[in-house]
Amino acid sequence: MNKMLRNMAVLLLLVLLFAAPYIGLPVHLQSLMYVIFFWVTLATSWNILSGYSGYFSFGHGAFFGVGMYGMATLAAKADWHVVPAALGSGVLAALLALAIGWLVFNARKIRGESFALITLAVGFVLATVVVNTPIDGGPGVYLMSVAIPQWGPKPASTFYYASLVLACICIGVAWWIFKAKAGLGLLAIHDDEDSAEVNGVPTFRLKMAAFAISSFFAGVMGAVHALYVSYVTVGETFNITVPLTVVLMSILGGSRHWLGPMLGAVLITLLLNAFTAGDSALVGKIIIGLVLAGAVLVMPRGIVGTWQLRMHKRLIQKNAQDLQDEPFHASEELMSLERPSLTPSSNSTREKVLEVRGLSKNFSGIRALHQVDLDLYKGEILGLLGPNGSGKSTFINVVTGHYLPTEGTVVLAGQSCEGWPAHRIRRQGLSRTYQIPRPFHGLTVLQNVTLAAQYGGANLTDEEALEEALKWMRFTGLDKKGDFYPEEINLHQRKFLELARALAARPQVLLLDEVLSGLTPAEINAAVQTIRRIRDQGTSIVFVEHVMSAVLALSDRLVVLNQGEVIAEGLPEDVMARQEVVSAYLGDGVV
Amino acid sequence: MPSAGLLFQALASGVFLGSLYGLIGLGIGLGWGLLRQINLAHFAWVFLSAYITYELKTRLGVDPLLSLLLLVPVFAALGMAVQSLLMRFAITPFNSLLVTFGMTVSVEALLQWIWSADYRRMASLYEEHKFRLGSVVVTYSETITFCLSLLLAGLVWWLLKKTDVGKSVRACAEDPEIATAFGINAKRLSIWLAGLCAGLAACAGVCVALMFTLAPSQIFTWVGVIFAAVMIGRLGSALTPLIGGLVIGIIESMTMALIAPTWAPLVAFMVLILILLLRRSDE
Repeated sequence: MNKMLRNMAVLLLLVLLFAAPYIGLPVHLQSLMYVIFFWVTLATSWNILSGYSGYFSFGHGAFFGVGMYGMATLAAKADWHVVPAALGSGVLAALLALAIGWLVFNARKIRGESFALITLAVGFVLATVVVNTPIDGGPGVYLMSVAIPQWGPKPASTFYYASLVLACICIGVAWWIFKAKAGLGLLAIHDDEDSAEVNGVPTFRLKMAAFAISSFFAGVMGAVHALYVSYVTVGETFNITVPLTVVLMSILGGSRHWLGPMLGAVLITLLLNAFTAGDSALVGKIIIGLVLAGAVLVMPRGIVGTWQLRMHKRLIQKNAQDLQDEPFHASEELMSLERPSLTPSSNSTREKVLEVRGLSKNFSGIRALHQVDLDLYKGEILGLLGPNGSGKSTFINVVTGHYLPTEGTVVLAGQSCEGWPAHRIRRQGLSRTYQIPRPFHGLTVLQNVTLAAQYGGANLTDEEALEEALKWMRFTGLDKKGDFYPEEINLHQRKFLELARALAARPQVLLLDEVLSGLTPAEINAAVQTIRRIRDQGTSIVFVEHVMSAVLALSDRLVVLNQGEVIAEGLPEDVMARQEVVSAYLGDGVV
Repeated sequence: MPSAGLLFQALASGVFLGSLYGLIGLGIGLGWGLLRQINLAHFAWVFLSAYITYELKTRLGVDPLLSLLLLVPVFAALGMAVQSLLMRFAITPFNSLLVTFGMTVSVEALLQWIWSADYRRMASLYEEHKFRLGSVVVTYSETITFCLSLLLAGLVWWLLKKTDVGKSVRACAEDPEIATAFGINAKRLSIWLAGLCAGLAACAGVCVALMFTLAPSQIFTWVGVIFAAVMIGRLGSALTPLIGGLVIGIIESMTMALIAPTWAPLVAFMVLILILLLRRSDE
């Protein structure tokens, strides 16, 4: 009912907006509306990459400028019709974005601030090129001669309709991305890009696509604006106004939501208009500057973000009763030291799910891993031991694709996959957890797990992914915590959230990096039971751990690393009795 | 091919321009690296200081160097006041960019209100007096800028490396919580540091007034090139902004002399882009 009312309201608003010029909206108000739609389009398009994924671009003016000069060149010089010229300008901007994105997103070090600066610099570079080449050459380009079709009752209505249509499409696209799996992926990149990649999000491809779409709309809007002002100059096009204004609008409105930039754009445009209309333009500018500074300080999440947070708090409070933490009931059963009867003698007949051969990893001369061989059989729990700094974490990071191996092969479920990006290895059936949980802080527990299911190897539909997520949240006891943010649940629950995310991808192999560290003995017991249940469902497990009782209770086989090399492998009792294992842990001369 | 004399002249003006870039970049880099703030307001302080220097000289005939004595403490106090306000809010680097952008917009409008949007040029003896260094003509303004820039970079370097306060500041930048656990008052230090940055902005403002024609809209035209200079070096370092500034200044003026003045931004920003892209990724 509520939803239907909302849809009706949106439809009514759209009808009104499209009918307005015909029912007597004065021309000067049509111009004001043009300016509003103009900024709505620019801010919303900026937000598709920068707001969602957190890669703040200060180059939006550059793509906008490509659109302006695209129109100036295609329509005024090459005599194209304005519509294909506008679309062509958008495509040019998107191509430029893809070229920049390819350079920048391939350099792994480039994050946040560096990206902002590079995109800022792109604007200056473009401006220099345009002013020094026949594209402009210095004096600016006139577009007076371009034939503009008349849409609507008056010549000025053309721009009203062009900008309205563009703004609607842009908002539609931003909304669709936000609701789709891609939106969740982009928000995850914002929170923790490495963790997103490890959870199966193809970060490079998503960023490229978002950058191209974002720039396309900026380009088309620029093309329309070139006709609107009918005279383009480098100074007016490639200045800092456009990039800074769109950033400002999105932040003020709330950049982690599709609605935010639109809201910010409308507010700021009206505010600017109220002041610049009178003689008090300068006072107005001073006030706007101060309002911006104050708004960011008081509402760092923006209007929509602050509102969402309030709604969230209210929801949590309302459900506080049923969400009361149940007292943790420790399992009565003590950890059984009996292992299931899987003995190494049967290895030869069993199927290998992970086969690592000669794996080495050097960090600028330091040998972190050296010629490591490791097999994991189906349904096995393999304990990976070693003192601190022995290469366990590096091993996990190389096998999961976070680091490129220096040498060696990794065969996962019959598929050679060394050198693959992490998300592809994840989809091939290998999940990991982090020792210190790395949830996506801006997503709820349910969204965290759903994302993992959506980007897992099984190509689930959105409904199936939700089902899968709920299933694993029940499995890990998080089913009542779905609406919470990760920082609102305790460490033990965050560790189980890691586990739920890893499992939601339906892995064949699960790498557990010290899941038990920091837990109380009762919690350890529960976790050990959970890990057994995971194996019973057919997932093979590599288990990195320092809690020895758990290692001995769970592991079918042990592999011990020291200084990047395998020093022992075999049944737990045998391995733990070996001289070199004892001395690796305790130092020489102890025994 | 231009004559050797022209080349040397271009090199010299690149060095002087670059040292000013370095001086402005010094404050930006310190704030960015040690306070985790991208402080656009630094540019606002530079221009405010430049306009006050202009006003003092034109109206009251105060020597620009003498006005330093007034401007540095006033701006340091201003910087400290702003910082103590900002510290009441948990602020991310990106939001600091936006807050200080808002402040800069206000200051720009304020400058335009008081001094109008017209171009202003401070007449001073330092600009008229020149001396020759071989074939190169150098003004006193340029010399002052160059010396001040070297002196202040050296002073900041000494402060950070050799004094206890400097060591505490660096410890806070690394990990404020641990530093606080060791008895360092991180809040007070960050206020002092913000004061230092604003004081540096005041000095840079005097140099800008000495060397350039002023207009409020100029504030934002400096942003790109200064960030380039800062990013070439290491954030929070005392000496690398000067080096970065010199590199960019020399590249710019050489491009102007050898190719055409209008191509200068291309070269400077291509350098920035390349440096950012090629920076070694340590996994």
